[in-house]
Amino acid sequence: MFGKLSLAAIPWDQPIPLITSVVIVLLVVTILALITYKGWWPYLWREWLTSTDHKRIGVMYVVLSLVMLLRGFSDAIMMRSQLAVAAGAAAGYLPPEHYDQIFSAHGTIMIFFVAMTFVIGLMNFVVPLQLGVRDVAFPVLNSVSFWLTAAGVLLVNLSLMIGEFARTGWLAYPPLSEIAYSPGVGVDYYLWSLQISGLGTLLAGINFTTTILKLRAPGMSYSRMPIFCWTALASNLLIVAAFPILTATFAMLLLDRYLGFHFFTNDAGGNPMMYINLIWAWGHPEVYILVLPAFGVFSEVIATFSGKPLFGQRSMVIATMAICMLSFMVWLHHFFTMGAGANVNAFFGIMTMIIAVPTGVKVFNWLFTLYWGEVRFTSPVYWSLGFMVTFVIGGMTGVLLAIPPADFVLHNSLFLVAHFHNVIIGGVVFGAMAGYTYWFPKAFGFTLHEGLGKASFWCWFIGFYLAFMPLYVLGLMGATRRMQHYSDTSWQPLMWVAFAGALVIFAGIAFTIAQLVVSIRTRDRRRDTTGDPWNGRTLEWSTASPPPPWNFTALPQVSGIDEFWSMKHAGKKTSPRAAPPAPAAPIHVPRSSPLGFLTAFCAVIFGFASIWHVWWLAILGLVGAIALLLRHSWQLNTEVQVSAQEIAAFDAHEAGPG
Amino acid sequence: MMLVFLESACTSSGVLDPHGPVGGAERTILFNATIIMLAVVVPVILATGLFAWWFRAGNRKARREPEWSYAGRIEFVVWAIPALVVLFLGGIAWIGSHDLDPRTRLHASSAPIEVEVVSLDWKWLFIYPGLGIASVNRLVAPVGTPLHIRLTSAGVMNSFFIPQLGSQIYTMAGMATELNLQADDQGIFPGLSAQFSGDGFSDMRFDAAVVTPQAFAQWIEETRSHGGSLGPKEYAELTRPSRKEAPRTFAAVSPNLFDAILATPGAAPREASK
Repeated sequence: MFGKLSLAAIPWDQPIPLITSVVIVLLVVTILALITYKGWWPYLWREWLTSTDHKRIGVMYVVLSLVMLLRGFSDAIMMRSQLAVAAGAAAGYLPPEHYDQIFSAHGTIMIFFVAMTFVIGLMNFVVPLQLGVRDVAFPVLNSVSFWLTAAGVLLVNLSLMIGEFARTGWLAYPPLSEIAYSPGVGVDYYLWSLQISGLGTLLAGINFTTTILKLRAPGMSYSRMPIFCWTALASNLLIVAAFPILTATFAMLLLDRYLGFHFFTNDAGGNPMMYINLIWAWGHPEVYILVLPAFGVFSEVIATFSGKPLFGQRSMVIATMAICMLSFMVWLHHFFTMGAGANVNAFFGIMTMIIAVPTGVKVFNWLFTLYWGEVRFTSPVYWSLGFMVTFVIGGMTGVLLAIPPADFVLHNSLFLVAHFHNVIIGGVVFGAMAGYTYWFPKAFGFTLHEGLGKASFWCWFIGFYLAFMPLYVLGLMGATRRMQHYSDTSWQPLMWVAFAGALVIFAGIAFTIAQLVVSIRTRDRRRDTTGDPWNGRTLEWSTASPPPPWNFTALPQVSGIDEFWSMKHAGKKTSPRAAPPAPAAPIHVPRSSPLGFLTAFCAVIFGFASIWHVWWLAILGLVGAIALLLRHSWQLNTEVQVSAQEIAAFDAHEAGPG
Repeated sequence: MMLVFLESACTSSGVLDPHGPVGGAERTILFNATIIMLAVVVPVILATGLFAWWFRAGNRKARREPEWSYAGRIEFVVWAIPALVVLFLGGIAWIGSHDLDPRTRLHASSAPIEVEVVSLDWKWLFIYPGLGIASVNRLVAPVGTPLHIRLTSAGVMNSFFIPQLGSQIYTMAGMATELNLQADDQGIFPGLSAQFSGDGFSDMRFDAAVVTPQAFAQWIEETRSHGGSLGPKEYAELTRPSRKEAPRTFAAVSPNLFDAILATPGAAPREASK
């Protein structure tokens, strides 16, 4: 009846996950009770949970990402504190069985549910506004994508309280992840949550690729498309090309684990190295899926706050698309130590280095965007400059790792760990924070507190160097990744420095939370009534903050790069407050739909039941999801009409005395 | 701060303190590549600070060209600089990959010692097929003599790595990898698995003891006169998961044990955890 599931699945004997689970459950129950007590459910359901508005979905992605950042970061704090104490004969406070779950969960959560989710959230919010259109190509699908991601998040977190998570590292290399060596449910939690959220990501990729290719404001040729949209296009093309590989690879591992297949087993002709090739054929493009949109954010921020167009826009576009292509040709550099021949290793090493060329071009072009500009030191600029300084160091160590003989001594060491945190924190996280601060006023109609934003930046910046520079050195000293304790006590001081760095980063996160709270409380003083708080250049700043559900009353006519800047300078339009011409016709916006939420609900049931081998329930979940999708296919009435009067009223209000 | 860190890295038993030709050549590559890249990275970091500060809003001395967004010559230079660096480094990578291919035999006057390495849960087995002896968690080798190593795994993947001697390489069940190493100094060099392999991974460490040829000969004699032999039964014992095994030796090894392990990948799965 209940498959492998029993009360023994709850970790009664492990205080840390148990107490954490209890706290989380209490917190969730309290929030749900509060919502019920305040009677917010109808509003939440109508305006958010079933929303098909890309702006709302974008906000929900970012909120989900920030919540998961807390989870992923508590894993990080546990790892750093464990390694600070577990030197010499000391075993630390986390036994390997638990520690191995922590680093596996940390990597999985940070990549899939923090970085990925944040980046998709930003693209959701910004891309249609920058393109000057009313929504994405498939609004309901967009909601389905989001909720499938949320379903994956829920499954990962369920593993904390029911059962266990994978103890295999964040990519679950076989044969360790095969049933013979990982008989528990941990790997199944990993696989099913990523299969479900990965499907959501793929659908998002299809949606955004279509949106960018097919839906642009009249006159917006590719050469006039803002740079963030270009990077979003590259990122989504990579999603469309790479995520099916991930899904197929995980499907094969699932077949191995559930039905006794032998794709990646040691015996019966299986080949674990095939998995490792396939997972990196997805995994390396994944890095660029994350970092390319971050590059786009920095390009927008640096151009806006330098008061200049992006230097060498064409070079930037070429560089972006070159990185997009090259990212598929380098996967083998993740396992030079496999024993491939010198020619193979040298080829992939050099291909990897070639990526440094377009990346270097981008850095130089940002420098020349600053040059002869008038740089306003706002917090998004702090993040951007911090990125430029930090990222070139990460790029340098990346190229070092790309030299096969150097990789032979650095592979899998803490040097490698330092390198990828260097590029992911310095690149993706700084980019996400820059984008968050930059577009926040557009999303909510008021700016974020600058001082607290800068405090957050300095904590992240200094904390990053404190936490990861020691790891570079430890890697050179022979410390390897994923160790739960070590005998060489000369490593310990550096481990303490790294732990201190993690605490400083934690202060940075706390400042971000404080910034949000303070900004909300003082929102009346920090209203953005113009829609254009930064003297922006692109179309998202030409509409109100927050934009109406239809984004633009009249779709903009685009005649060049930085269209809004040109409009302002041509005197055609100074701000959205200068009322646009009254629309002749009412506007259709997508109708909200519970499809995403309900499908994800079924997906959680399906995933959870499959993990625990409760087959009747799994079938129920799957049939439910398919039935919902089929039912939606017969839904013809997918849009609602916003009347001309309503639009006129909104515009009049925006243009009115404010 | 970084300098203090780096100094501690050089003096400790890491990859910046090599004791053999492979590790030495790899350190040279690390240093050369770093210096070449620093020649670009340091100016870029300085320029970032300098440009942003000089062109800050409010600096009356700074020139402003708010429409300036393209200059063909600059574009040419910004593509050329990283391209040249990569051309340089690509050369290093190509030559280095070939010179330091783990399969390439090392030049030495003496004949290499054959070693077969098997990674087990969670320990290392070293078989000396030419000498007919074996050792667990302790690799003994004579100074100045090349080691020709063949490696495989009894189950999950590991990576065989002695940081002070250079190159690491994966051990994979059903597959044999090859590695050539040499120690030019005597000493005890820590070795480890650099590929996570399960709960006992952190203790999957061994010592590489590099001794004089006389001491090595003596060690062989002692090993042959002490301890039991390693046959299929003892090997099956050995495949049981265990942690922190003290080093021990076997006076005899059943011939072709390594090839037998290679031919039966995936034997002895781990016992089910709770």
